[in-house]
Amino acid sequence: MSTADSKDQRRTLPGHHMVLGETAKLRLDSGIEFGPFTIAYQTYGELNAEKSNTILVCHALTGDQYVADEVHPITGKEGWWREIVGPGKIIDTDKYFVICSNVIGGCLGSTGPKDINPETGKPWGLDFPVITIADMVRAQTMLIDALGIDTLFAVIGGSMGGMQVLEWCKSYPKRVFAAAPIATSFRHSAQNIAFHEVGRQAVMADPDWCGGNYLLEGKKPARGLAVARMTAHITYLSQPALHRKFGRKLQNRGAITYSFDQDFQVESYLRHQGKSFVDRFDANSYLYITRAMDYFDLSVEFDGRLADAFNGSKTRFCVISFSSDWCFPTPESRQLAHALNAASCNVSCVEIESDKGHDAFLLDEPDFHMVLSGFIDGAAKSRGLK
Amino acid sequence: MNHFAKNGTNTSLHNDRIRVDLQLIADMVEPGTRVLDIGCSDGELLGYLTRNKDVDGRGLELSNQGVRNCVAQGLPVMQGDADRDLGDYPDGTFDYAILSQTLQATHRPKEVLSELLRIGQKAIVSFPNFGHWRARFDLMFRGRMPQNPNLPIMWYETPNIHFCTVRDFVALCDECGFKIERSMVLNESGSKVSLDSHSRLANFFGNQALFMLSK
Repeated sequence: MSTADSKDQRRTLPGHHMVLGETAKLRLDSGIEFGPFTIAYQTYGELNAEKSNTILVCHALTGDQYVADEVHPITGKEGWWREIVGPGKIIDTDKYFVICSNVIGGCLGSTGPKDINPETGKPWGLDFPVITIADMVRAQTMLIDALGIDTLFAVIGGSMGGMQVLEWCKSYPKRVFAAAPIATSFRHSAQNIAFHEVGRQAVMADPDWCGGNYLLEGKKPARGLAVARMTAHITYLSQPALHRKFGRKLQNRGAITYSFDQDFQVESYLRHQGKSFVDRFDANSYLYITRAMDYFDLSVEFDGRLADAFNGSKTRFCVISFSSDWCFPTPESRQLAHALNAASCNVSCVEIESDKGHDAFLLDEPDFHMVLSGFIDGAAKSRGLK
Repeated sequence: MNHFAKNGTNTSLHNDRIRVDLQLIADMVEPGTRVLDIGCSDGELLGYLTRNKDVDGRGLELSNQGVRNCVAQGLPVMQGDADRDLGDYPDGTFDYAILSQTLQATHRPKEVLSELLRIGQKAIVSFPNFGHWRARFDLMFRGRMPQNPNLPIMWYETPNIHFCTVRDFVALCDECGFKIERSMVLNESGSKVSLDSHSRLANFFGNQALFMLSK
């Protein structure tokens, strides 16, 4: 992908783009004043007259703003949460005004490392400042401000999206009426940091990464990024789900070949996952966003007392986890819920039985949908939304 | 976590029916208060209090299914265990801490009761009375552990591990210095029995007991 490509891509990507931070810049956790920058976002439904019906959906590491689009502009598939978001669905776009924005540092239209650094006229690459979950959320607040919205009815997201939800609740409690952090944690665990590091090292070990300057060199670290995705993808599934789907089935052959070809279906599947990911994701964005997740720990500024992050919060919380999720296991959600309790917050905490692993939040899980729907409807009633 | 057969009928002012023994608890709760229902099951009482008494209610429930059903009704409920998870709640957070038909299934009933009165200004506790004549009959004449419509589960399967009689409970309250604000015993259909709940007769005829405690 050349530098011209990235500009062209933004121009051709459907949806809204807003330039922010032109006068008041975005102050990053690293201390850098950043801006101006672009946030790409999608909206669904209509904002009501009282401006009280906004639901902000936060996307996960490799997600994007096309949460409920019929056709994703790059993959051609459905939006990643069309199970949940749409007319008459759990997040009912006939009732709510839904916003989903691409995170800063991302690669689907919001400013990220593949964009041009105005000071050099070249792609940012590794000169792009390191961003954090709090920076992503700060950028979102600037977008929400620019849209003239004060309070969000709900902030909802899974995985890294859930981290953003929690960051919203910690930093802007008065702006969030209800919050659903799903399959997430208040901090990234050592195991998760470890897997991310494997992914990053895979990208960096690819000679086509060129020290981060692959765009200038006209190259693409496709093999490294694919390996990163393959590793990560395993962590999103569960052992039983993977075995049920593939077992030891062979790929288009009657017997093993005594080679390193893709004998097993699971190998072929992972290679496909890696390959298709590379077509839609920027390698440097992957480094930056995984880093943001690694740095996330809501309790650190409170000397480990997580409850202090939520003291006095009036937000209603619904913390949801999945029994087979080993990326963000239920005990982490419980720890969060206990802290919310200790802060006298209004909190529900549910573990959904599922063998589909971390990805369960993206899939058809009736119990999960029942719980989320009940929570949103109950909160809407309290908020007086019809 | 409720090990009682659902029985009895009741009509409240709001045409919102709940089990009779739960209705008696609901009647003890002042409107507009903060309530924690421990072992809230499918949220029958919590939902009633929220709808009809303008209560700011929270629940704690062990079973996955119970929690799911509560949250699906919009009730704020946590998955958790009375023995293990009450420690998280700050002192005096609630006006009432309710423990309905759950005390006998806890590992440390005495500590759980103390926790209720730490978290809540008042504790409302109901439990099956092991001093009821049917239980005495089963032990004395059948030589078997009591089994009846209100205690339907066999001894080897029941989650109930700490049975007590009404008199045992009163003795524990005395020992711990808990003040008994109100007390009553209920008959087999869950209705109130007009007997002094401290009396031996109440301990003989009361199928369930209901106490409101304070410190």
